[in-house]
Amino acid sequence: MPKNNKAFGQVSLFVNKYRKILLVAALVVTLVLPFLVKSQYIIRIIVMIGVYAVLGLSLNLVTGYTGQVSLGHAAFFAIGAYASAILSTRYGMGFFGSAPIGALIAGFCGLLLGLPTLRLSGSYLSITTMGFCEVVRMIFLNWDSMTNGPMGIQKIPKPVFFGTTLTLGNKGLYYLMLAMVIVTTYCISAIVNSKTGRALKAIRDDELAAGMMGVPTTRMKVFAFTASAFFSGFAGAFYAHMINYIDPNSFTFDTSILILSIVILGGMGTLTGPFLGSALLVSFPEALRFMREYRFVVYGLILVIMMRYKPQGVLGGQKRTPYALPKGVVRPETAKAKE
Amino acid sequence: MLFQQIINGLTLGIIYALVAVGYSLVFGILRLTNFSHGSVYAFGAHISMVLIGYSFGMLPAIIVSVLITGLLGILINKVGLEPLRKKKSKGISSLITTIGISYIIQNLLMIIFGSETKFFPKLFDYGNVTLGSAIIGVRQFIIFGIALVLLGLLTYVVNGTKIGLAMRAIEQNSKASNLMGIKVNSVISFTFFLGSASAGIAGTLISGYYQMVYPTMGVMVGLKAFAAAVLGGIGVLHGSIVGGLVIGLSETLAATYLGGSYADAVAFIILIIVLLFRPSGLFGKQDITKV
Amino acid sequence: MSLLTVNHLTKRFEGLVAVDDVSIRVEQGEIVSVIGPNGAGKTTFFNMLTGIYPITEGEIVFDGKNIHDLSPQEIVKAGIARTFQNLRLFPDMRVIENVLLGMHINIKYGFIDTLFKTPRYRREEKKLHEDAIEILKGIGLESKIDSYASNLPYGDQKRLEISRAIATRAKLLLLDEPAAGMNPQESEDLLEFITTLRAKGYTIILIEHDMNVVMKISDRIYVLDHGKLIAEGKPEEIARNKLVIDAYLGKEEA
Repeated sequence: MPKNNKAFGQVSLFVNKYRKILLVAALVVTLVLPFLVKSQYIIRIIVMIGVYAVLGLSLNLVTGYTGQVSLGHAAFFAIGAYASAILSTRYGMGFFGSAPIGALIAGFCGLLLGLPTLRLSGSYLSITTMGFCEVVRMIFLNWDSMTNGPMGIQKIPKPVFFGTTLTLGNKGLYYLMLAMVIVTTYCISAIVNSKTGRALKAIRDDELAAGMMGVPTTRMKVFAFTASAFFSGFAGAFYAHMINYIDPNSFTFDTSILILSIVILGGMGTLTGPFLGSALLVSFPEALRFMREYRFVVYGLILVIMMRYKPQGVLGGQKRTPYALPKGVVRPETAKAKE
Repeated sequence: MLFQQIINGLTLGIIYALVAVGYSLVFGILRLTNFSHGSVYAFGAHISMVLIGYSFGMLPAIIVSVLITGLLGILINKVGLEPLRKKKSKGISSLITTIGISYIIQNLLMIIFGSETKFFPKLFDYGNVTLGSAIIGVRQFIIFGIALVLLGLLTYVVNGTKIGLAMRAIEQNSKASNLMGIKVNSVISFTFFLGSASAGIAGTLISGYYQMVYPTMGVMVGLKAFAAAVLGGIGVLHGSIVGGLVIGLSETLAATYLGGSYADAVAFIILIIVLLFRPSGLFGKQDITKV
Repeated sequence: MSLLTVNHLTKRFEGLVAVDDVSIRVEQGEIVSVIGPNGAGKTTFFNMLTGIYPITEGEIVFDGKNIHDLSPQEIVKAGIARTFQNLRLFPDMRVIENVLLGMHINIKYGFIDTLFKTPRYRREEKKLHEDAIEILKGIGLESKIDSYASNLPYGDQKRLEISRAIATRAKLLLLDEPAAGMNPQESEDLLEFITTLRAKGYTIILIEHDMNVVMKISDRIYVLDHGKLIAEGKPEEIARNKLVIDAYLGKEEA
């Protein structure tokens, strides 16, 4: 084990040193990818990886950074999807109007759920979120007049951008996904690196002590929940307009567990973790078709094994790289200005 | 009509109680919500189905099935949870582990038995009894009676035996219990055995009553039994019994007067109300923070 | 007017009186120690001062304001910060992050600033980090800003907790057994550090068992036993006080 750790440490130091260049390189690769990959099937998988990365990033804000285990995030995914779908199919709104509204509605539901329940600790909160997920699914299943009940909503239009319909074929959906991923990552990164992020991590580490240092703990937890619900809702709206059909069974407790597995596997409390987790867990059922039946057994095993051997996830845990001081702040021992 | 529904509700409720005590026992001793409990319930029902199918004779089959289900509980503790306790992991890790285990068990059931509903033989058929305007199956009384006896037995074990004393000691202070010579891990395994066996019996009784078994039968019942445990005060044995009966009654009455699809929501609503206004439940103690 | 006035403070739990009619006062710039045998109610007393426990009876007046009904967050804003008997750092955050967290209540930029990384955000974050490094320099931890709090040696962790409390810009620091687990050299260093804190204008209340520290550094001492105040006065007076000696050593056979 120590040998692996050393190699891992050297890799992370290397990545950190060249991180700006690597980031630009990654961006270039993702921009030209659709032209390099001919198979629409693979593009579709990559788009789904993007959707689940956004879901993972938003759940991570609540679970990895704030330490609240939410088992009901599929509910926000669903709310965003249904809201956007209904606004589009019934009221003729285009994606670029219905999706943000769907996200806002999801965020608002996050606020409504969070306010009364974030006083609860540990298991109780988790179970309430689980119950919420089920209640939402039941509402969508029974509210026939709005949601078509078990039949779901069909013929959800694809997004139209300045007159062009975005599809997988014309790579439009891919770039829309990319935009969504970049904006979400930027926002969450900004939150996490600020005083808000520090407050959330402190709540995760020791909520009582955080409160004793002046942090308004309940308010912060509700904020994390609301922001997280917003981003998940947007991902839901994207999903609805990409797949063009949704029903209550697309958003079950199983989906919540998949999102949780992505965060746990990839790395709690990191920005890169959800990408790794999503890439692995979305592509594996496709790559290993024959294991499809065993999918959820594998998710369960991942949860058990990760908790046993590396609870913070592959990329999570204490970083080996030094802390990034803001530009212009002098680092103590060396008295050289840190970049 | 009302009387009939009350009997139905109480019968359903005592089954929830049998499952709820499993949550209570484990929470009491470990401060852990065991998410895998619902899947253990489903496991128990499936094993009973298999063994009865082998024509072992109903009673021996059920007894063996309950023992096997109890052993599953011990396995979950030994393999899944004990290593985490040794590592002094955060509580969240154990919680997530139990979620993972529930997925493994439930989906293995699906793979092995197929996800469709299967037929479960009728356990008892002694006809019906007429009480006033209600026609009640004798089997309901039998189920109620069996469950009551088992719950009584459980209460006796916890409150009247040496091992029950050990369980309660560990609930209060596991370090001190260990120093007093109590084999903490063995007692914890025994607790899991009791809880899982109860769930196995509950699963068998329900399957015998409705005559069906399916792999996801543990999901709803698991959540509702959990609601029952929380309502009664999780960790308190008699609380789970009362909680189970209340939830069973509420659900049956809601189904009668509001319609079937809202009956499921009743347990969740009760759960949310309890958590919001009195998290310690009807019989639970309020915790004082120690800094 | 005293910086802190506590009048007839009482805390009753079901069947147990943890703090019984305790009145103390602390002047600006003083170092006051609260001592007493284990279970005397000292930490309960701190918990009431900092808003963790609601009081049963009495009042707490700090800087002219009644604070006994305030939430812990409001009390920190009013100017009281504390450390904990059993250390409550943020283990998975870095040393510098722990100190930065202490500064949370005084940070002025808002959500929009965070999202768009406005000049105000950048300016304030830069200043915060510089201030945090200064605080860490003051306590000798500046070479370890990158370390995760859980990886520090025990003595450093204790000092980090004090830094975090200082970062809140509190006027009154409540230190709960800061010398616990320290060797004589570390205790000496701690003594020096607390003295420099006083020189910088901080007022300090100390709960301590290390009599060496208590006697050398305190301006005045209060002694609690079984929740009651049994003595108060200067160190020399307390050292000679028979009640105090009895309380610690147990009453002699008559």
